[in-house]
Amino acid sequence: MTSHFPILVVIIPLFGALLTFFSGLTRRKWAWQITTLATFLSFAISLELLFSVHATGGISYHLGGWAPPWGIEYVVDLFSGYVLVVISFISLMIAIFSGEYVKKQIGPERETNFFVIYLLLITGLLGMIVTGDIFNLYVFLEIASLAGYALVAVGKKKGAIVASYNYLILGTIGAVFVLLGIGHLYMVTGTLNMADLRERLPDLYHSRVVLTAFVFFVIGFGLKFALFPLHTWLLSAHSLAPSAVSAILAAAVLKVNLYALMRVMFTVFTPAFIYEAVPIAEIFFVIAPIAIVVSSVMALAQTNIKRMLAYSSIGQIGYIVLGIALANETALTGSLLHMLNHALMKGGLFLIAGVIIYQTGRYHITDWKGLGKTMPLTMITFTICGLSMIGVPLTVGFVSKWYLAMGALEAGRWYFIPVILVSSLLTAMYFWRIIEWGYFHEPDDPADAADRCAVPWGMMSPIMLIAFLIVFFGVFASIPQELAHKAAVMLLGVR
Amino acid sequence: MEIVSSPLPLYAIVTSLVAAGLIRLSHNHINLREFWTIGAALVKFSLTAVMLSHVLAGESLSYQLLTVLPGLDIAFKVDPLGIFFAFTASFLWIVTSFYSIGYVRALDEQAQTRYFSFFAIALSATMGVAFSANLFTAFIFYEIITFCTFPLVAHKQTPEAIGGARRYLTYLLGTSIAFQLPALFLVYLTAGTLDFAAGGILVGKGSVTLFIIIFALFIAGIAKAAVMPFHSWLPAAMVAPTPVSALLHAVAVVKTGVFMILRVVLDVFGVELLGDIGLGTLLAYVASFTIVVSSVIALRQDNLKARLAYSTISQLSYVVLGAALLAPAAVTGSIMHIVVHAFGKITLFYAAGAIYVATHKTKISELDGIGRTMPFTMAAFAIGALSMIGLPPLGGFLSKWYIALGAIESGHFPIIAVLAVSTILNASYFVPIVYAAFFNPPPTEAHAHSQSGHGHGKGEHVYWLWKKLDIREAPPLMVAALTFTAAGTILLFFVPGNFLLLARLIVGG
Repeated sequence: MTSHFPILVVIIPLFGALLTFFSGLTRRKWAWQITTLATFLSFAISLELLFSVHATGGISYHLGGWAPPWGIEYVVDLFSGYVLVVISFISLMIAIFSGEYVKKQIGPERETNFFVIYLLLITGLLGMIVTGDIFNLYVFLEIASLAGYALVAVGKKKGAIVASYNYLILGTIGAVFVLLGIGHLYMVTGTLNMADLRERLPDLYHSRVVLTAFVFFVIGFGLKFALFPLHTWLLSAHSLAPSAVSAILAAAVLKVNLYALMRVMFTVFTPAFIYEAVPIAEIFFVIAPIAIVVSSVMALAQTNIKRMLAYSSIGQIGYIVLGIALANETALTGSLLHMLNHALMKGGLFLIAGVIIYQTGRYHITDWKGLGKTMPLTMITFTICGLSMIGVPLTVGFVSKWYLAMGALEAGRWYFIPVILVSSLLTAMYFWRIIEWGYFHEPDDPADAADRCAVPWGMMSPIMLIAFLIVFFGVFASIPQELAHKAAVMLLGVR
Repeated sequence: MEIVSSPLPLYAIVTSLVAAGLIRLSHNHINLREFWTIGAALVKFSLTAVMLSHVLAGESLSYQLLTVLPGLDIAFKVDPLGIFFAFTASFLWIVTSFYSIGYVRALDEQAQTRYFSFFAIALSATMGVAFSANLFTAFIFYEIITFCTFPLVAHKQTPEAIGGARRYLTYLLGTSIAFQLPALFLVYLTAGTLDFAAGGILVGKGSVTLFIIIFALFIAGIAKAAVMPFHSWLPAAMVAPTPVSALLHAVAVVKTGVFMILRVVLDVFGVELLGDIGLGTLLAYVASFTIVVSSVIALRQDNLKARLAYSTISQLSYVVLGAALLAPAAVTGSIMHIVVHAFGKITLFYAAGAIYVATHKTKISELDGIGRTMPFTMAAFAIGALSMIGLPPLGGFLSKWYIALGAIESGHFPIIAVLAVSTILNASYFVPIVYAAFFNPPPTEAHAHSQSGHGHGKGEHVYWLWKKLDIREAPPLMVAALTFTAAGTILLFFVPGNFLLLARLIVGG
């Protein structure tokens, strides 16, 4: 049984989706329960996988007993184990949250559809993480993408369909680039297995075909994880989707596509190739600071909370990319930590925005005056997430910024420090104004101040757990740090 | 010095944190709520007193709480400098607690629970800075102080209060992120550690240019010390209720700033290293500039609290100046000035608050003849003012004396001139207030007005003598507090005892 864990992580949500669909034909109300159970099982298995990988080293699973490179191989190493836990955890949290949320915000008639697509999305994401086969990666990428487009369109908000269509067009272009990249590699090597590719490619590094393939991967995945300036689809998709969907898009979908690019960069290609043969780091050195600063400035200009958070995501992706480009253990540790940290922070923030919109219908932060009194618990969790986004010590945000800054200094590129700090200051500005409005201004309409809103516990508990973890991993940061550091060493290992 | 592991510093920090929670829970029982404040203040003071006895016995307490990341520990250490600051702050918290209760009740302030709970958290964080064993711990608590005093500054929630609080946060958080944090990065990268150690951790580990950059980042990043040009948050913070201005913006918050600068000078760079690269002299002149310029600005303020705020900016730079001179006597004076200024300035703020509660006056031009109706308050004010000027037999003389000695010792004769000019300026913005209060005739119209008005607040005192003398003081709790600290200012001159002993310990070892 335990030996099948790598495939079970993916299969359970897939079967959950089927089961949800059939239960929807008869008794609708099981949709949420099945989804929660499936994501919980995936999370539990991921955790177990991470523990065993941490103890014993990588796991290779041969699908159907076919040995690679002929059969499809699933690989769990420290990197994929770590990301697997992050993604399955956050999808569990959002699944729990969605129970109450979907009923009101999306409507009972679409409840089954929502959860079926949600589980398919999780299937795709988890599949992308564990697979060791590059074409299989593409298959899961498409599953996740299609589910993602559908989820954006599921909301009631005007413009969501257009946003989804936009996302679909650009997402498909991205996927095609990835497919072309895979095609190029297959053409010159005749294999699709990542480990096999890694062995065969070094002889072909001078080949233009391989170079082209690499560029296609960067552009393709870059489109998918909103690498500046390929981020335009993200703004409307993340801000017009229902908040639970925004949360999974920002916390999980972006991360997994970034993970996929890192897999390609570090596993299919080698650090020697990406840092020395191609000028990708130099390109990232230009792109990332612009993304970090510009997105912070733009976020400051927004009053729609979800648009503000969407802009902020682009900058946060910039941090991770910067860490990759800096090419040392410290910075890469920072990047990996930031994948976890941003998943927690941004997932939490979108869920909190969801709660507030669910209760009050207010999208604009200028209307959030006095929320500290009417929704005290929600505002406390918002404050924690906000402080973490600023990078205040004892929250996770500080940990990743510390490592990125140290990595920049180690690489002798001190000029990224002001970039990180300026962005922290801008972040402080756009989060603190909300905290201030929430606590120190009275609502314009006195009637608003009267009633304390009772948020369903089903929605509040995942948010509180996330807020707790933001502080917990901020104080006991050595737990994720140790994992991330080992994973970073592994990725940079054979240079 | 013997190092003993002990959780006492942690307890001293946690005491008022627990109290903050209890205060919150006792929202509806105001006497119980105030009991928690007083109780926590007493417990905290007793704990620091115990630690003081350990330190005087030649022990240094240390406690490792946890490791956040490899190299980044939350750890505490009780050494002479730390206990000096903690003892001062926790002692004055007791006095301020009584004063606060009198103040908020007399004015019937809103959101009192929030006020008392954040006050308690602010004191926790102050203890945290005092007992930090490394820059990282100090930085955390430094930031906590900034955040948890925001609600105290914005307390009135008027647009003016929120605007002031916003400026306060912008300056303090902004400089700490923009300058102090990169200083931490650089120190960690250069020295490989952030632990404070006597004599410094940077010696021989980097180039002079790097040291200059790090030092400049620290001075700019510790805006709580209000060295110009990062001073204007302090006048902005004066929108806070007066007890906040008294304890936090004359003692806890601002002294955290100068305390951190002392730590950086003594325990990160070390006196010798700074002397070698000549940074001390540079800092001394920046501080001198601040001393003189802010005194000149103080002259022009008609709002009493604003004048006190600029005076604080000037006085804080005495501490910085003393440290920057790098001579043993000057450093002693600098450390002594922490406690001396604390007692003097808190008395002045108490008096300003008492005047506001009793008469609702905030402007200096309105204070003519107020010494007749509020003799205790104004007498205390006079003592505080004279101590600021630096006259014997008041505490202020001590620290100025030592700093001047240090200036001569280290051959910085222009500094003597700065001290002289500053003394004259101090006198010219404090003496007229005292003079007007006692010797100018009260404006008769306002006199009648205040008699019928809210003169007494809630504390009704009906002693016939008081009536006969036409004394209309603030509530007794407040008057008691300010008399007490004024007496303390005098006592500090005659029996500086433990404080001076500690200061010598710090300088000596």
